[in-house]
Amino acid sequence: MMSAARQDVAALPDAMARGLVLLGRALPWVALLAVAITLPFVANNYWAVIASRAAIYWVLVAGLNLVVGFAGQLAIGYVALLTLGAYTSSVLVARLGLDPFVSFAAAGAVGAIAGVVVGLPALRLRTFYFAMTTLGFATIVTQVALAWQSVTGGGVGVAGPVMPAPFDTPWGFYVFCLVCAALSTWVTMNVARSRFGRALVALRDAEVAAEANGVSKPALLLSVFLLSGGSAAVAGGLFATLQSYITPDAFTFDLSVLFFIAILIGGRGSILGPLLGTILLTVLPEFAAPLVAWSTFLYAALLLAIVLLMPGGIADLLDFRNRTALADDRAILPRPALLSAMLDHIAARDSIMLRGVVLSFGGVRAIDGLDLDIRPGEVHGLIGPNGSGKTTTLNVISGFNAPEAGTVLLGTAPMRAGTPWTRAAHGIARTFQTPRSIGEASVLENVMVGGTIAGRGTLLESLFTLPRHRTDERLLTERGMQALRIVGLDALAGVRADRLQHSELRFMEIARALMLHPAFLLLDEPAAGLSAEEIRRLGELIVQISRRGTGILLVEHHADLIFDICDRITVLNLGRQLAAGTPAQIRAHKEVVSAYLGG
Amino acid sequence: MLPNIIAAGLAIGAVYALIGVTYNVMFSASRVMSFTAGQLGMAGGVLGALFITRLGVPAIIGFPLALGGCALLGVVTEIVAVRPVLSSLEKHLYVLSTLAFALMIQQFTAIEWSTEPQPFPRLFGLGNGGVADEKFWLPVIACAVSVGGLEFLYRHTLVGRAFLAIAEDNFAARALGLPERNLRMASFALAGAIGGLAGFSAGELLLAFFANGALLNFYGFVPVALGGLGNNRGAVIGGLGLGLFQQAANFIVGGVFASVAVFAVFIIVLLAAPQGLFGVPPARRV
Repeated sequence: MMSAARQDVAALPDAMARGLVLLGRALPWVALLAVAITLPFVANNYWAVIASRAAIYWVLVAGLNLVVGFAGQLAIGYVALLTLGAYTSSVLVARLGLDPFVSFAAAGAVGAIAGVVVGLPALRLRTFYFAMTTLGFATIVTQVALAWQSVTGGGVGVAGPVMPAPFDTPWGFYVFCLVCAALSTWVTMNVARSRFGRALVALRDAEVAAEANGVSKPALLLSVFLLSGGSAAVAGGLFATLQSYITPDAFTFDLSVLFFIAILIGGRGSILGPLLGTILLTVLPEFAAPLVAWSTFLYAALLLAIVLLMPGGIADLLDFRNRTALADDRAILPRPALLSAMLDHIAARDSIMLRGVVLSFGGVRAIDGLDLDIRPGEVHGLIGPNGSGKTTTLNVISGFNAPEAGTVLLGTAPMRAGTPWTRAAHGIARTFQTPRSIGEASVLENVMVGGTIAGRGTLLESLFTLPRHRTDERLLTERGMQALRIVGLDALAGVRADRLQHSELRFMEIARALMLHPAFLLLDEPAAGLSAEEIRRLGELIVQISRRGTGILLVEHHADLIFDICDRITVLNLGRQLAAGTPAQIRAHKEVVSAYLGG
Repeated sequence: MLPNIIAAGLAIGAVYALIGVTYNVMFSASRVMSFTAGQLGMAGGVLGALFITRLGVPAIIGFPLALGGCALLGVVTEIVAVRPVLSSLEKHLYVLSTLAFALMIQQFTAIEWSTEPQPFPRLFGLGNGGVADEKFWLPVIACAVSVGGLEFLYRHTLVGRAFLAIAEDNFAARALGLPERNLRMASFALAGAIGGLAGFSAGELLLAFFANGALLNFYGFVPVALGGLGNNRGAVIGGLGLGLFQQAANFIVGGVFASVAVFAVFIIVLLAAPQGLFGVPPARRV
């Protein structure tokens, strides 16, 4: 799990308990490091090779973990990047006489480019297609290595880079690999605990919500592919050094499977889990010599077993925090009074204006020439029977659907259709008819996703926890807690979101939307599934948000709530406006009453 | 040289097309793309060589035995790797479960059969290695017969229509009382037999080699991606096109860059037309 933000939240009373929690979290890392450091003093050279191999695999798996475990992309052919890196550095050293360190850097650069090329299809294709592309890449790299004899030596192979002293002994090289492994652990952990890591998981589990919160899938995924491709190829260079001589046979698809299973055994979205998985899978065959021939078969069987029986992996087993029961009688008590601190500086701005919007799905006109204004500081209700085009209207405004005719204006400027990730920058936030949350992340982390575009630091700064990254994290954590206090969920900040009740998820989505300091808030049936008392509190909260200057579009079926809190109401029927006006006018509108409200 | 390129291209292209059809048949029944498609092709070759060469069974009996073995493998795929994940919320688990099962098949073959390519028996002894050799036209005939047979099955038989109904709308088909699970298993058996036929007919061309599975997995998927998911005619056109392109590239730029060229074309086409050249883009649900 992403555990960064949880530290600040633990609703533990005293500092000592908090210290204990921190210690418990650091313990596995300290133990691993201690074992890694004592190893050279207690084991023989054979184990130096095994341990170096584990460290090298981890350099690759750490990067791959961001792609597979965090972004949820099924990149199964990463052995190709290992191969590419191994051959690049070996050929550069053997044929051009370059320095091994320079060759590692060159391999990293080549691998980063290859990682992006192989990753490109992930932006547009379905899961299986992407998995297949990486598999195809793995097949082809091996074929090229075999066939391109003048460079790779074909089946005969090529000598790997030779390290200079003091890294030329088994244990010397081990230390070098260990440093690389530690570095990749640190870097990926920093990414995981940054807004980029949260955005990756959001893309995996709630892509639509991620885009509505301003996460640009192409930019983020490609930078991750760049990073993981580079680290995989550097691992390749180290691998070639360790092998001292490489042939295409050394890079069987089995290795890809090993990397992949290490992550799945470890658990998605964890770093410690996949690390333990990598060590386990590297070391295990040493204890089961008779089974070596069957090792890939057993890995595959293990993969099948994990997928079918234990999708959460080791990380889930170690996640004790989320096994303690939550209180049964908890209530959501929003504190709208705190809004003034959060939404202080929303100046009156332009309205969102829809003019003549038309959109059909196949032969059905979902919206048929709709005009609608959302003004700052007003609650605008959008009601109508099922299928009248309410949610579609919301989707047009937030850019998920492109209208065939008509425009969506913000003030006087038209907003580009089909670009949902640009809406957050305009201050347009939304919630969803079915709450879109990241089940495996904590409530606070879910909410912090809403503030993604508020961060100032770049991914590069996050890699090395430079000051701007730390400022961003502090700011987002603070703001996230503030938003949770406003909607009344602060006591649940550290809880996994998939343990929340439905009504709590609805309020969590509002908190996430508040992170944007929204100029406009689009709410899609926020009261559905709430109790009468919760609906009353929700109404109060919505009114108070609008009083801070935010323009609100409220799609709802609860007529009472609509008539209580809306300043203006539009009634839709079959994609057209049936009526529009103040609540009093709508209540008196004959057609509306007979068609929709009943009476 | 040109006749050679065309003969080899059509032959290997027909194998790719058949593996593509194998993917499609499994996909129609379950909405699952299974990594076992290529392994079924590999198994067809290996089982053929096992029964006919190693065990000395006459070809006329060895052929149905090999196909039956592959059909069985298809059914086992359904039971072990597909059915358990169909009900799961995480819809992409099938990618991993079928990959795992495919690897198990491949490793089992590597250990129990051989890690080296083994000879496949001459079936009819027609042709002497030239362009008219049986190794070139057997796969083409197998492809034509299977695709024609499938068209007949889907259009003119009740079972075939039931397959189509399941593929079109699973829920509605079940509501009508169609035995969805049995039909799915039958589809996987059928897919297994088709994959096996691909491997068996191409045995003299590709030999009985465990590593063929991974290769066919990818090159058999390319026609599916080009032709659009579930579109058998698209798969045939895509497969034959791929075979010819690959052989031509092999001849013109050499083996190293032929593979790279195929891969590059694959990625470019997919980026330009993610739904395939003959497919329909899916609607997005928010």
